[in-house]
Order: sequence, then structure tokens, then C-alpha cells
Amino acid sequence: MAPPNYRRPGFSKRAQYSIFASYLLGILGAVMGLLLLLISFIDPQGFSALRTIGAEAVAPISKSLSEIGGATGSAGDEIAAYFNAASKNAAMQRKLEQYRTEILEARALKQENERLKDLLKLDEEVPDSIAMARLISSTASSARRLATLGVGSNSGLEAGQPVRSPEGLVGRILETGPTTARVLLVSDGKNVTPVQRASDSLPAFATGRGDGTVDIQPINIGSNPFKTGDLMITSGSGGLYSPGIPVAVVIRKTESGAIGRVLANPAKVSHAIVQPIFQAETVRQIEKDSVEDVEQESGE
Amino acid sequence: MPRSRQSRIGRQPSQLRIKLIPPLTVVIGSMITALPIITDYPILPPMGLLVILAWRLIRPGYWAVWAGFPLGLIDDIFSGQPLGSAAFLWSLVFILLETLDRKAVRRDYWQDWLIASTAIIFVLIGGMLIVDFRSNVLRFDLLAPQILLSVLLYPFVARLIGAIDNWRVAA
Repeated sequence: MAPPNYRRPGFSKRAQYSIFASYLLGILGAVMGLLLLLISFIDPQGFSALRTIGAEAVAPISKSLSEIGGATGSAGDEIAAYFNAASKNAAMQRKLEQYRTEILEARALKQENERLKDLLKLDEEVPDSIAMARLISSTASSARRLATLGVGSNSGLEAGQPVRSPEGLVGRILETGPTTARVLLVSDGKNVTPVQRASDSLPAFATGRGDGTVDIQPINIGSNPFKTGDLMITSGSGGLYSPGIPVAVVIRKTESGAIGRVLANPAKVSHAIVQPIFQAETVRQIEKDSVEDVEQESGE
Repeated sequence: MPRSRQSRIGRQPSQLRIKLIPPLTVVIGSMITALPIITDYPILPPMGLLVILAWRLIRPGYWAVWAGFPLGLIDDIFSGQPLGSAAFLWSLVFILLETLDRKAVRRDYWQDWLIASTAIIFVLIGGMLIVDFRSNVLRFDLLAPQILLSVLLYPFVARLIGAIDNWRVAA
């Protein structure tokens, strides 16, 4: 289709000016977009109110649809699975075998752990969950990795609280609305999780790569002790996540660290559990302990 | 009924319908992220962008050059990108398309598809670099499935928008 002729201004000065003005407005729009971007970078939470309104507005649609079609979650995976399916299949078979033995080992360790805890009379319970909800949608069309949770500040959610599933860490709350909350997933490029290797508590940082994997960098730069199959769990440092939540499994080594696959695949997580911020819990625990100590001392 | 048939001649569709349908469909397209599709990597085509490109290429005369800004802003609210990202990129696309419209001698369907594909690739890569330039600059393979899906979906979106456009202007 040829562009319509009226777009050609001819010799009319007035028509030429109006074209110039329309371009100017267009460029103004681009500049304003750039300015907004700058503001978004300087203050990432600045426009959270707007996004919250958007999320709340479409939440009823997301919630009712997610009730109906739980199976759509892995649609992306299924499409992607067609690419190099055969080699993936072989690799997965190998991994499955490996995981089976790992699970058995983990079970044994868990039993031993419980026995030791009983011996020590340690009463270290996982912090209570604040809420349990479905992930109702995600930013599937953007390079950011955010998901929307079906509960919000009405249920006591606050920014910073960790979100986990039985499989492992999902992410943390970024913004809350009355009935929805945005979750920054572990695999988002802006999410850095302090982790440690489960076998020898070697400390490291896991930074999201935006595709369901994390980049694991050891804190002691220079050595690269990782090997395929290493399980990374939260270390509890930083005070956000309680220690011991599984985060990722190392799938390959890089020059300075390793790449790990996130264990809690948000596409398959049916329900996510929101926990209180770990540090707050610890502080409360310490206060309680010290009060008990004082009471004991006064009793003696 | 002869009466209603007579009244159809020369009848104008309501101005509201003519004016509001295109931006409304773009906003609905932007709301695709409301679907309960949860993925580990970007895969969903940016429907808001596909719809606005289809409208822009089907009805070049309808759109002002600045129209990318407000609609991009609404897209940003739903997409999860930093606010201003689509507002900026869509504005650039509109300026480029306007320039192209003035320069081009002739245009056919394949050219429209090519232009739309280029714009989609530009906006998706631009959006990815805006999110995190440093760590994403060499990882465009991550976007390959999404770009492929979007480019292949564009003709269908254009068909749909064409049908909506026929209804919009029909009396």
C-alpha cells in the first residue's frame, strides 16, 4: 500500500510547519520517555504505585484464569523443548540418575541432621509463613523476571519478604498492592542472593541471568572450586532469607564461577509461601533468648 | 426492514468508535501479561507492540507521531519493564516509521512485514539492554525464541487488526 499523498506537503509553508511540529512532538515523546527511564533508574520504586494500580486492575482476570488453566504455565518450556530435544533428553536422563542418588544422600543427611538437632536440643523451626498463594502471572514478554502473587498487603505482605516453594527459593517481594504483590524472581538480573555450597558452606553470590539460571560467583575470588551438581542453598547472610533454602544446582563451570539452574521453577510452582524477613525473626529470637537467660539467672 | 436499510446509506459510524478503537486494542494487547503464563525467560510476544505496529502500518494517517509515548507508557505499566522503556522505544519507532512513510515510493505486504519485524527486533533488544546493559549485551540468543514467535505472529495480528478496522469504519 503506497503512503497516502496528503503526506507530501508540496510548497505550502503551513503544511511544512505542521509536519515539523508533529516531528517535534514525537521527539519530545522520546525525550520524555528517556527522562522517565532515568527517573526509574535513580529511584526504582518511584513508579511502583502506577504499576501496582496496573497489577490490581488486571488481577481479577489473572486470578480467575489461573484457577482454570494451571497447565498453561509451562507453555514456554514446551515450545522451547523442541529446540535440540534429543541432546537435552540425553542430558536430562544423566541428570535424573544423578539427582536420584543425591536425593537419597539428602534424605540420609536430613535424618542425621534431625538426630543431631535432637541431641543438641536445638529448637530451630522454620519461621512461620505469612501467607500462601498462587503465582498468578509474570512478565513473560519482558527481559525482567517478575511474577505477580495473588495476595498483597491485606494479608500482611511487605517488600523484602522471601518467597519460597517446597522446591526452593522463588524470590522476594518487590512491591505490594492490597491484593497483589510483585515478586522479584531469583533468576532476575537485578536479584543477588547470598548462597553457600550445601556440602561445605563455601560462601558465594548468585546473580540472576534472566533465563532460569543464576551466575554463581564465589566470595573468595581467584579459586573456582565449583563442580557440576553442587547444591547451593541460602546462607542467611544479609538477613533477608533464612539459611538452608535450596536455591540452585550448578550445571556448568565458567571462568570465574559457575552457572546454576534455579531449583524452584516458577512455571511449575503451584503454591508459593511467603516468609517473614529472616533478620527480623532472628532479632526477635535473640531478644526472647536474652529475656529467658535473665529469668534463668535471676532464678538461680 | 426497508427503513433501516435506507438509513444505512450515508450513515457515519460513531466518532467515538472511530477514534477510540485503535488505542483501546493496543492497551488490551499490552495487558497480555495478565494471562497466567509464568515463565523463566522472555517468550510471550509483546502483543501491545504487535497491535500498534499493525495499526500503524494499516492506517498510517490515523496516528500522530507522538502516539508512541502515551501508549508505550501504558505498556510499561503492565510489562514489568522500567517505566519509560516502551515509551521511549515506541516513540523512536514512530518517528522512524513517519520518516519512512515520507520517503517510500511504494509499499507492499512483504515490506510491511519486514518493517514490523525490524521494529519488533529493535524494541525487544532495546528493552533487554535497558533492563541491564552490562550483563545482557552479549546474550541476544536469550531473545531468539521470543523474536521468532513475534515475527511469525505479526501477519495474524495484522489480519485481526484489519478485520477490526473494517468493523470500525463500517457504518
